Order: sequence, then structure tokens, then C-alpha cells
Amino acid sequence: MQLIRSTALAAAGLLAFLVLWEAVPRLGLVNPAFLPPPSTIPAAFLREIELGVWLTAVLSSLSHYVAGLCAGAGAGIALGLVSGMSRGFEAFTAWVVRLLRPIPGLAWVPFAIIWFGVEPSAAVFIIAVGVFWIVFFATQGAVRGVDRDLVEVAQAFGFRGPLQRLVKILLPAATPGILVGLRTALGQAWMAVVAAEIFGVPGVGQRMMQASSLLSTDIVVVYMLTMAGLYGLFDSAFVALQGWLLRWRA
Amino acid sequence: MPEPIIDIRALSLAYGEGESRNVVLESLDLAVARGEVLVIVGESGVGKSTLLRVLMGLSRPSGGSVAVHARPDCRTPMAMVFQDARLLPWRRVIDNVAFGLEGSGLSRGQRRERARAMLALVGLSDLAGRWPHQLSGGQRQRVAIARALAVEPDVLLMDEPFSALDSFTREGLQDELQRITAETGKTVLFVTHDIDEAVTIADRVVVIAGPPGRIAAEVRIDLPRPRLRRDATLQDIARQLRAELSRRSAEL
Ligand SMILES: Nc1ncnc2c1ncn2[C@@H]1O[C@H](COP(=O)(O)OP(=O)(O)O)[C@@H](O)[C@H]1O
Ligand SMILES: [Mg+2]
Repeated sequence: MQLIRSTALAAAGLLAFLVLWEAVPRLGLVNPAFLPPPSTIPAAFLREIELGVWLTAVLSSLSHYVAGLCAGAGAGIALGLVSGMSRGFEAFTAWVVRLLRPIPGLAWVPFAIIWFGVEPSAAVFIIAVGVFWIVFFATQGAVRGVDRDLVEVAQAFGFRGPLQRLVKILLPAATPGILVGLRTALGQAWMAVVAAEIFGVPGVGQRMMQASSLLSTDIVVVYMLTMAGLYGLFDSAFVALQGWLLRWRA
Repeated sequence: MPEPIIDIRALSLAYGEGESRNVVLESLDLAVARGEVLVIVGESGVGKSTLLRVLMGLSRPSGGSVAVHARPDCRTPMAMVFQDARLLPWRRVIDNVAFGLEGSGLSRGQRRERARAMLALVGLSDLAGRWPHQLSGGQRQRVAIARALAVEPDVLLMDEPFSALDSFTREGLQDELQRITAETGKTVLFVTHDIDEAVTIADRVVVIAGPPGRIAAEVRIDLPRPRLRRDATLQDIARQLRAELSRRSAEL
């Protein structure tokens, strides 16, 4: 009952939003070129598909997204594990981390372009940098927070080396924390995708910039919604995966 | 006593350095016979857990010697059961029990088979596929016992394993432990602060008093098993031990 009620309310809210959005440009409160009414979006979407642009842009962005995410998350998990396990490594890197961490991912754009050119690898690099820190800190914290008593269990059963400690205890025990970081990174990486592509690497971001320079705001909206949809898809899939991986939790 | 399986001589252990140096154990001598159920009682903080940790090799003593005469073919001479079970929450019951067997050269199938046998021994065959959070406190502790037994240790170290349980479950597990030790002939070092528990399961009870912790008294209990908790002799021994403990703490 409660579920039906809240679903109905949510649907009503969405409908009201769309009506308002439709009304504002139609009533002439805002120039439709600045704010395209939602009824024009499906047509724009079909045009983009027919041109073959939509699929190309989405696939290209997805490939940057996945590659950047994997690279950034992989490095973040690996270094986060080492840093969480080794006080020495943590101390050694403490100031370097302090120095680099506050630099926003986008501040790396000039170097990305100098190092990689306006190429997909530049976008991958920018995305990876943004993802790295989130996953690094999540992993480091999760490893640091593992119950020492469980580590002792491994020792008591003869698993005493750092690798055994990692595999038997630290990694599984830290998984919930690492997954929280990864989920945040999943969203963060989308932002980075657009940002990276706005500088000309082919993909959704680039297509949006082209469209906006022609004042084809309906096309811009198509890609905004595309991103919302893709993000929703990835996030749902991730939540399902997370639920399965953490099925041991109460 | 025939050659003891555990021979602790003049053991001492201190935590910290200088000003903050805290001597926990001092000149502690203790020998445990093969197959004996030795119960250690003593007030909280006298170093009972520390003693077990030293035996497990989890803490390094500052002096004295600890000799363990395990069977030569024994891969893991000792296994520990902790007060709070400490099951690994991400492993199903069966894989928790098989935990200590990893790296023993057994195949996955053999490990599971052994784990299953151990679960049968503690009466939990039906729960093999559960997650630890789906178990009661008593069941968790049984799984911990099965996990320790699975590695076929010569000595089972148990650190207040039943003290977090309600008295009904606790007594059930005490009976169970007696059955298991009778069946397997394991040597057991069992720490508790519950005197009734001590006299119910022990072949011998030693009192550690301190600080610094050392053996203050010991009582051998030769009564047959299973023992009735209301047995007059048993209650007499319990009374003696209580008197001993309170005298010791009055002295300090
Ligand atoms: N890792 C440690 N570092 C410093 N002191 C400790 C440590 N572990 C235990 N102690 C101290 O050693 C003493 C004995 O502890 P413990 O062996 O746990 O006692 P018990 O098990 O008899 O209650 C206590 O005073 C405790 O504070
Ligand atoms: Mg203790």
C-alpha cells in the first residue's frame, strides 16, 4: 500500500515537472531555443539515431568511461591496499598525497592534452585521475578499519604473511568499503567524461558542444537525458552486483 | 606426570617499555599432560589471554621458555577458540570450518569433507550453508570449535569460549565439550572466570593470581564424567577455589 502510494506520488511529481517544463517555453516565458520543451525531445532523439551520431557518440563515451574507470579504480584499489597495510608506505607518500589530492581532475586537462593529444587516451586519463582518489581513500580507509581480531584469527591459523593476510582477511573484510568508493566513482566518472570530451575528444560531450554552438538545445537535452539514463543503468547494475557480493551481510 | 605436551618454564611477559612497562606474567611455570583438560581461572586482567596468545605464537614472551611436544606429523599443533567466535562473516559456515585447512595441501573437496565431519561432530550438519550472521551465539561458538578441531590440533586453546552465552546454552556446550574431548582425546587449555564451569569440565584447575600473573593454586579433579553439576564433592571444590580466589585478591 505504502509502495503504491509513494510510486503514484513520484509519478505525479515527474508529470508536474514535465508539464511545467513544457509550459514555460510554450507560454513564451522563455525563448524555446534556450529551453526546448520536452515534447520536442523524442523527435530530436530519433534524428540523432537516424544520423547514426547517437550510437557513435555513446559508444565512444562508454569506451572512455569504462577504460578510465578501470584504470583509475584499479590503481586506486592497488595503492589503497598497500597504503592501508603498510604504515611505512603511508608515511612515505603522505606529503605527496597531500600535494596532489586537492588538484581537481579537470586541472589535469592541459597536461592530458599535451601528453596524449586530443585523443581518447586523454579523456581516459582525466577520468582515471578523478576516480583514482575516491577509490584510493575508500580502499585505504576500509583496510585500516578491518577488525584486528579477524587478522588475528588468520595468524592463529597459520596465515601470517602479508599476502595471506591480504587475501584471507583484509580484501574480503574491506570489500564493503571499497564498493562504496567505487559507487561514488561511478558517478564521478560520468562528470569527467563530459568534461574531458568538451575539449574535443569524440563522444557525448563533444556532440553536446557542437549542438550548443548551433543553438540546437533539443539535442543537448537528448544527450543530457542519455547520460542520466546510462548512469542510472550502470548504478542499478552496480547496486545489484554489490548486493550479490555482500550477500553475507545481515 | 609423563612427558608433558606443553611445558612452560619461568615465563614472563611485559608490555611496553620504561615508565609504561607493564609486567603481565612473571616466572610462570605450567606443565600440561597429553589428553588433559586444564582449566585456568583468575580475575580479569591477570594475563590469562596473554598466556594463550604466547602459546599460539601471537605474543612474544620477554623471558622463560615454552616447549610444545606435538606429534611430529602435526601441521598445526594448536588451535584457538576465541570468546567472540570470530567467524569470518563473508564465509559460509562450511567454509569457515574449512578455513584453517587452506594451504594444507588438501583439495577443496577434501577440505569440505573434513569440515562436514567437524560440523557433524558439533551437531551442526544442517547449517553448513548458512552465513555466520544467521546463527545464534551458541551455534557460532560451535562453528568456532569445529573450525579449531578441523586442523587436527594436538591442543585446543579456548579463551572464555562460553562466557558470552546464556547459562542454558553454556551448560549445553560444556556437556558437548566433554563429549568431544572424550571422543577425540584432545588436550585442552580452557580459560574461564566461571568456577562452576571450571570444576565441571576440568581434570585440573589452576588459579592465576596477580598482577603480575603467576600460578597461585591448583586442584586436581578426578571425578568421573559426565559430572553432575550438583555433585557435593564438585561443589566443595568450587567453594575452595572461590575462597582461594578471594583470599588472593584480598592480599593484593
Ligand atoms: N596488546 C597489549 N598491549 C599492552 N597491554 C596489554 C595488551 N594486551 C593485554 N594487555 C594488558 O595485559 C594485562 C593482561 O591482559 P589479558 O591477558 O587480556 O588478561 P585476562 O585475559 O586475564 O583478562 C592487562 O592489564 C591488559 O591491559
Ligand atoms: Mg582474557
